[in-house]
Amino acid sequence: MQTNIEMIKTVDLHKSFGKLHVLQGVNETVKKGEVVTVIGPSGGGKSTFLRCLNLLEVPEKGQIIFDGVDITQKGVNIDQHRQKMGMVFQNFNVFPHLDVCKNITLTPVLTKKKTQAEAEEMAKELLNRVGLIDKLHEMPNKLSGGQKQRLAIVRALAMEPEVMLFDEPTSALDPEMVGEVLDVIKGLVSTGMTSVIVTHEMRFAREVSDRVLFMAEGNVMESGKPEDMFGNPQTPRFKEFLSKVL
Amino acid sequence: MDFSAMGANIVKLWTNYWHIYILEGVAVTLKLTFIAVVLGALLGVVVAILKMSKSKIVRFLITVYIEVIRGTPLLLQLYLFYFVLPEILPMFGFDTFTWTAIALCINSSAYVSEIFRSGIQSVDKGQTEAARSLGLSGSQTMMKIVMPQAIKNILPALGNEFIMMLKETSLASTFFIGDLMTAHLKVKGATYLMLESLIITGIIYLAMTYPLSKLVEAFERKMKNAD
Repeated sequence: MQTNIEMIKTVDLHKSFGKLHVLQGVNETVKKGEVVTVIGPSGGGKSTFLRCLNLLEVPEKGQIIFDGVDITQKGVNIDQHRQKMGMVFQNFNVFPHLDVCKNITLTPVLTKKKTQAEAEEMAKELLNRVGLIDKLHEMPNKLSGGQKQRLAIVRALAMEPEVMLFDEPTSALDPEMVGEVLDVIKGLVSTGMTSVIVTHEMRFAREVSDRVLFMAEGNVMESGKPEDMFGNPQTPRFKEFLSKVL
Repeated sequence: MDFSAMGANIVKLWTNYWHIYILEGVAVTLKLTFIAVVLGALLGVVVAILKMSKSKIVRFLITVYIEVIRGTPLLLQLYLFYFVLPEILPMFGFDTFTWTAIALCINSSAYVSEIFRSGIQSVDKGQTEAARSLGLSGSQTMMKIVMPQAIKNILPALGNEFIMMLKETSLASTFFIGDLMTAHLKVKGATYLMLESLIITGIIYLAMTYPLSKLVEAFERKMKNAD
């Protein structure tokens, strides 16, 4: 499924929070159709890296080239680019004041991508795919964590994005709900959706990724195919990390 | 004190002057309160958004605006708008009622803006991030995602502001503006029955504020159960 077209490329990405230098010159490329998982210790810069990709965090130095456009340049309409990058958060962030259907249709309609009728049609189809069609008119506070996260994924997909960014999508879930969310993500990446997934689920990372990035101390320390990464880790830092989590 | 005579006087005052209390006084009080709170709320939203501006100068000016209004007595502000501004700005040609209403609006805007600001800031940051990540603009996010949730959080506080303002409009009676307190001054002037008139006036204020505060309480309870 993976191609040679560069979807997202970061060049010398730097980001600090106060005195903390969280990203220290990250150079990475995600190709169209590629599934990249990012693993590593907390505070290593995984989430910050991911949040820089759609400029939820603005890097103080470096470039982010998305689909051939450097989105860190002034004058770039970031909203338009974000419409092509879906994001799923650790804490779901579904909109509590809107029912399930409205959660999904609000953005496609507001951004004039679709009419209300078209958007609802699509919402039903997507909800059907993730097994939530019977919740179409429920309010989010009636949903379980796993259902909220599946809704959040569907909400992002309704914008027909070219890339999906997942920021620890199962970290806030009860253990028995992790599976249902991972299954949805697996189904999605198998359709060829370009994805960057920050996760602590090692088995999942091993199963779905084309490439695994190990991030620590603000940079990518090691990267490669999952079988090589988990089968034959190279750097001492990665070996130490694996020995703790596996 | 002769309580039976007082009771009879109250009945007499009410029978003879109820229209001054209700048709003039209550009508003007409600009108003033409504204008002050509704326009004050609209102005308050603008002030609240400016207070969160990226520009330091704007933030500073808005902070001064809010602090000056909240830190000085409403009566002083009413004097300013009643006596001073019509002299400085005669071109507007506003009547005294309008100047009083403007003063109350501006006063209310400072309080309402702080209510709005706390409401907006009470909405989880993740909501804004999710909306922006989907490609909504900053203003679309504010209007469709943040504000609807903020308003739900602050409706009780807005209700209390309405009740406060309803009572504060009585200060406008200093200028005989025609509100409920002015009605009391008129009736007292005509009958010399000060205490009796005060009792009637107080009961009418209570009859307006008590149901309103019960309404706010009921709403707060409903909100708590909904969470």
